[in-house]
Amino acid sequence: MNKRWEVFQQSSDYRFTPYIMAGDPCEEATIELSLALEKCGAHALELGVPYSDPLADGPVIQRAGMRGLAQNMNLEKTVNLVSKLRERGLKIPVIIFTYYNLLLQLGENRFLKLAESSGVDGVLVPDLPYEESGYLQEMCKEHNLALISLVSPTTREEKLERLSREAEGFLYCISSLGVTGIRSEFRAGLDDFLKAAKRNSRVPVLVGFGLSTREQILQFDGSSDGFIVGSAIVKKIEELESDLLTNREEAIKTFKSYIESLLPVYSR
Amino acid sequence: MTTATVPDHRGRYGVFGGKYVPETIMFALEELETAFDEAIQDKEFNELFQKELAIYSGRPTPLTKADRLSESNGGASIYLKREDLNHTGAHKINNAIGQALLAVRMGKKKIIAETGAGQHGVAAATVAAKYGLSCKVYMGKEDIRRQALNVFRMKLLGAEVIEVTSGSQTLKDATNEAIREWVAAVEDTFYLIGSAVGPYPYPKMVKQFQQVIGHETESQFNEIHKGKLPDAVVACVGGGSNAIGMFAPFIEKDVPLYGIEAAGMGVETAQHAATLSKGSNGVIHGSLTKLLQTSEGQITEPYSISAGLDYPGIGPEHAYLHETKRVTYEAVTDQEALQALKLLCENEGILCALESAHAVAYSLKLAKKMQKDQHIVVCLSGRGDKDVHTLMEFEEGGK
Repeated sequence: MNKRWEVFQQSSDYRFTPYIMAGDPCEEATIELSLALEKCGAHALELGVPYSDPLADGPVIQRAGMRGLAQNMNLEKTVNLVSKLRERGLKIPVIIFTYYNLLLQLGENRFLKLAESSGVDGVLVPDLPYEESGYLQEMCKEHNLALISLVSPTTREEKLERLSREAEGFLYCISSLGVTGIRSEFRAGLDDFLKAAKRNSRVPVLVGFGLSTREQILQFDGSSDGFIVGSAIVKKIEELESDLLTNREEAIKTFKSYIESLLPVYSR
Repeated sequence: MTTATVPDHRGRYGVFGGKYVPETIMFALEELETAFDEAIQDKEFNELFQKELAIYSGRPTPLTKADRLSESNGGASIYLKREDLNHTGAHKINNAIGQALLAVRMGKKKIIAETGAGQHGVAAATVAAKYGLSCKVYMGKEDIRRQALNVFRMKLLGAEVIEVTSGSQTLKDATNEAIREWVAAVEDTFYLIGSAVGPYPYPKMVKQFQQVIGHETESQFNEIHKGKLPDAVVACVGGGSNAIGMFAPFIEKDVPLYGIEAAGMGVETAQHAATLSKGSNGVIHGSLTKLLQTSEGQITEPYSISAGLDYPGIGPEHAYLHETKRVTYEAVTDQEALQALKLLCENEGILCALESAHAVAYSLKLAKKMQKDQHIVVCLSGRGDKDVHTLMEFEEGGK
């Protein structure tokens, strides 16, 4: 486990992990948005890689992917972008969120070497379930990277136990079925699922998918160790697209106020 | 031979296959695998399936010798396995009946499906009506335009047709949306996949329900030719369900097999859907297979005049049969398919689907290289009513 993960895991805060898409709306904006998120109190950052066929994502992130693709962003450039983020002083763990086909084409070994040397801390592959991830899991360990495990309310009990025990970095609990996107309400029994995940986990248990308001975030404080916000933040970036390209300083200010309005006061 | 050990317990055909899906639907795949394995061991389920094929779909479909077409072509004789004579007009109904019976057995009330040419959508809507299930069909906007007749049929059958406007607005994008819907509704919804693609156990299941095509062909040919096997078997491949069903009983036998992809405007152009001829290994829609993609792994838009072949991936077993060289895969252009369709119409009075026309076109080339006393069987996977609009546009375009 590297120092960045140590800080993340030892924090007593209700951990905030935002998701943004690399290259949305341009590379420099991604860098400044990442730094702004850290300043606002993010404990870790998920950096998405644009993909033509993102099966686990809803329309907001699909559109962000299209914007990233229009900037010719790809997996290799996303990893290189992490190097730039480190040079600019970003200290929190960065997790690359990529679909498996992109990894396969770059080459798993090539990706892992590059990720390790660029200051990447973890990898999340939403279409690579536990059953298919054995090789990558082993290789990630060799390269000092956490392969983030996803568990869902439909994960069988014994599998949830095993995944919780073996999780690296943090355990990602999917709050609701379906693709990424804002939800107005969450399913009953979610607290029990989160508590079951926490029972065996050595790492923080984070809840994600659908969270878009401070009230929703607070709902899971107590049953989880932190939360992930993706679509709501990406939607804000979409709204600010034009300013992020032409009047970035102002756009970043607006973005920061939005993030502050989202977070529980103690998470800032 | 090559296939006795595939798929393995992980759903692998060599390196191909597997389950590359979000964790949210893993339990549904396991539930499906168990239910499917139990069902196919169950005599009652199999008898019910066979009965439905006979009294509802109209099986067995005939094996028709295309005398005039063969004579005018001047080579081996060509037989047509008439899947076009199935209820709803294509082989798709075989698999739709099988999966719908399984859905009912599993207690599911809702089905979702994706469709390209609309034949699978019509088949899914049909079985949903017959077995009292609700049905949503995802279809790309471009395919809705090309296949207006089938869209109307689906709606008449009570299905909800959902227009997909992302990407190329064709089968690939309809499949993405169907999977996204399935991830959200996985607890009470059965995803009825129409081709031999997708995560395991779908490729195995679709083959199981489509192999009736090959078994009937073998016994019909055997009866005509006193115990002989065909000298070649030809089928078109998009995802590859009619082909895998047709090939199934012949794979372990000494019969040359040919899978025909869509070369569109030509495999030397960017306008084709020739996955095996031009693709590379990658993951699409839940399985590792051959697909059309950029060097960075972005999936590229395929093209074919035929909506059913317009797909950037292919069933993982076909990728395996290609790699092991058990099946020869060739590509046929739009023009060649159109010419073959006309020849078949004019010589045999049969209007086949544009998909099937690709197989017919290749069989004509193949027959010319063979002897007059040899026999080719072509899977005529569906009828061409749905394509009349496309054919008219083509004629009016003066091409």
